Amino acid sequence: MIGALIIVPALAGALCFGLRNNRARRALLVAAAVAHAALAAAAWRGSPEPTLYDWLALDDLGRLFLGITSLLFLVAAVYAVGYLAREKDRAAGDRGEDFLFRNIPEAVFTGCLLLFLSAMTLVITSRHLGLLWAGVEATTLASAPLIHFHRHRRSLEATWKYLVLCSLGIAVALLGSFFLSVALRETSSSSSLVLDDLLRRAPAADVPWLRAAFICLLVGYGTKMGLAPLHSWLPDAHSEAPSVVSALLSGALLNCAFLAILRVLQVCLAAGQGEFAREMLLWFGLFSMATAAVFLVRQPDYKRLLAYSSVEHMGILAVGVGLGGLGNYGALLHAVSHSLTKGMLFLVAGNILTAYQTKAAGGVRGLLRGLPASGILWTAGLFAIAGSPPFGTFLSEFTLVRAALEQGRPLVAGAMLLLLAVIFAGMSRTMLAMAHGEAATKHPAEPFLAVAPPAVLAMLALLLGLFIPPPLETTLRLAARALGVPS
Amino acid sequence: MNSWIDAVLVLITLTSLVLLGASRLGTTIRMVALQGVLLSPLPLLLAGDAGITLRAAGLAVATVLIKGIGFPWLMDRAVRGGSLRRELDPRLGYNASLLAGVLLLAVAFLLSSRLPLPPGEGTPLVLPAALFNILAGMFVIASRRQAITQVLGYLVLENGIYVFGVGIASHQPLLVELGILLDVFAAVFVMGIVIFHMGRELDHIDTGRMTLLNDWEKE
Repeated sequence: MIGALIIVPALAGALCFGLRNNRARRALLVAAAVAHAALAAAAWRGSPEPTLYDWLALDDLGRLFLGITSLLFLVAAVYAVGYLAREKDRAAGDRGEDFLFRNIPEAVFTGCLLLFLSAMTLVITSRHLGLLWAGVEATTLASAPLIHFHRHRRSLEATWKYLVLCSLGIAVALLGSFFLSVALRETSSSSSLVLDDLLRRAPAADVPWLRAAFICLLVGYGTKMGLAPLHSWLPDAHSEAPSVVSALLSGALLNCAFLAILRVLQVCLAAGQGEFAREMLLWFGLFSMATAAVFLVRQPDYKRLLAYSSVEHMGILAVGVGLGGLGNYGALLHAVSHSLTKGMLFLVAGNILTAYQTKAAGGVRGLLRGLPASGILWTAGLFAIAGSPPFGTFLSEFTLVRAALEQGRPLVAGAMLLLLAVIFAGMSRTMLAMAHGEAATKHPAEPFLAVAPPAVLAMLALLLGLFIPPPLETTLRLAARALGVPS
Repeated sequence: MNSWIDAVLVLITLTSLVLLGASRLGTTIRMVALQGVLLSPLPLLLAGDAGITLRAAGLAVATVLIKGIGFPWLMDRAVRGGSLRRELDPRLGYNASLLAGVLLLAVAFLLSSRLPLPPGEGTPLVLPAALFNILAGMFVIASRRQAITQVLGYLVLENGIYVFGVGIASHQPLLVELGILLDVFAAVFVMGIVIFHMGRELDHIDTGRMTLLNDWEKE
């Protein structure tokens, strides 16, 4: 079953390159997304058998992230159908620049989208750290053409930064993986990188090598996750990519990189180096939140605003697992609610971009009147992403602050609250100004396929704040336990 | 056997130093090609007493094909195909780069003295040689402006990791190594395509002139 989760989207993706008909290709995209979601749902209910010499298996952490990724991809695929139909043959000029852009062929876009899903599934299910590495690298390669979709000179610049920085990061992560195999060698002749072997051998780890490995892996996968100061590719890529791709990058890909870091954290915990690893994560996290706060305030570009908000939320995740104990649970819950909310916001941003043809927040006014559906979702999204009740993010951020206080770290809790307040003020200033005011032009009613997908995500984000479904609650608890016993 | 390994490692280190001080793109590409060829006997030499296995031989052949021939050919094509300036225009001069290279070598030795190797793993030179190549690659990426040189820097970095992987963590299954080689190959291929687009659409591949996306200058 795990094999099918990876192979189905990969085959569908390969098929997309061969199909000539756009409609057939879009149908295939949705069909593959539905199939992946169905398989993922089945994997949630049962416990699938490990395959490929036990290199591929699904534990509780993997199950959680597989669920988020598959759900988000399904919603994004439905949105993409409408998006591609609108983009087709649109010789859109970029306002302010008389530069026409031609999109990359739809076959390449759809194909890469599916290959991207396949690579992310590989990252999630992989128990072998070498294979995991290959998966993370594959996600970079599959998503690079997606960022380059508009073939604009700005998207080219963003793609280049993304490729170079992520490849550099991933190279450091490879070195870290090798360090790990040295730190945990059993005898001089065998050193496997399968997670279960690593966890078993961890108590006898060679500490200096293990620490070096953790630093390399944190820096490497942290680049991909967008932790400051390694985040500089992220605002560019997220703002230049089509919105549906931004939603997947923020909601799914960053989580995959986070999962890779959690795998290494598991090894460090088993080796008794948890304190060292957690402390580093905590500081990286706080620094990311602070960096995001600096760039969020008075950010003139609303897609970059959302991108920096992703840097902030990745920081929150790192702080959460850095605290440990209750923080683990909070961080995992936050990963779920952030994915839903940010996915929704990027899809809405896509609608706004289509209607207003500008990414400058100053150029968008009167959303609530001009585009009522998107306007409402945009406003709701602001409160959801800023962590106000009754949304899921409130629950998780509250849990994290409580975790910090319970562990006798009031300074961490205070810093988090302060940064969250600054970010809320900065984001609401920009986003509310966009929602209110008079609409300058009449906009046609928004198509159903543009509004329904983000609305579904908004509902789920709201639901998560009011009631966590029992299966999710169980998985969250079990996954949090994999990161250390709650105190 | 060990003296051969050390000789290869020293030669690889020297090619990196030459590359740091090279002013012409052609020289840089040739040095990367030479490194690829020099890397290939490492799996065979490090196989040691166990004798030459099929796995080591396969890895050696794949290394020559991909790192020694494939990458340099791709890079060479990119240079000839595009309207690139052959002379490089670095952020830091060549002599300064060479000096930085010597410093990086010292850093590499310092770092390796902090990480004691388990007995019987590789030779004492493996770790410093690997670290030096990694640092030199990062330095090239940071200090050169042209996209193609940044890719070459990435290759040098990747070669350093390869030295470490083959030299010390040499007991991974073949599948992993092949996967890694292929991944790197694909990465360079995709970068090559992007460079091609840059040459066509921007009329330059100078990353120093890529300043459209920036948070600092907007107001």
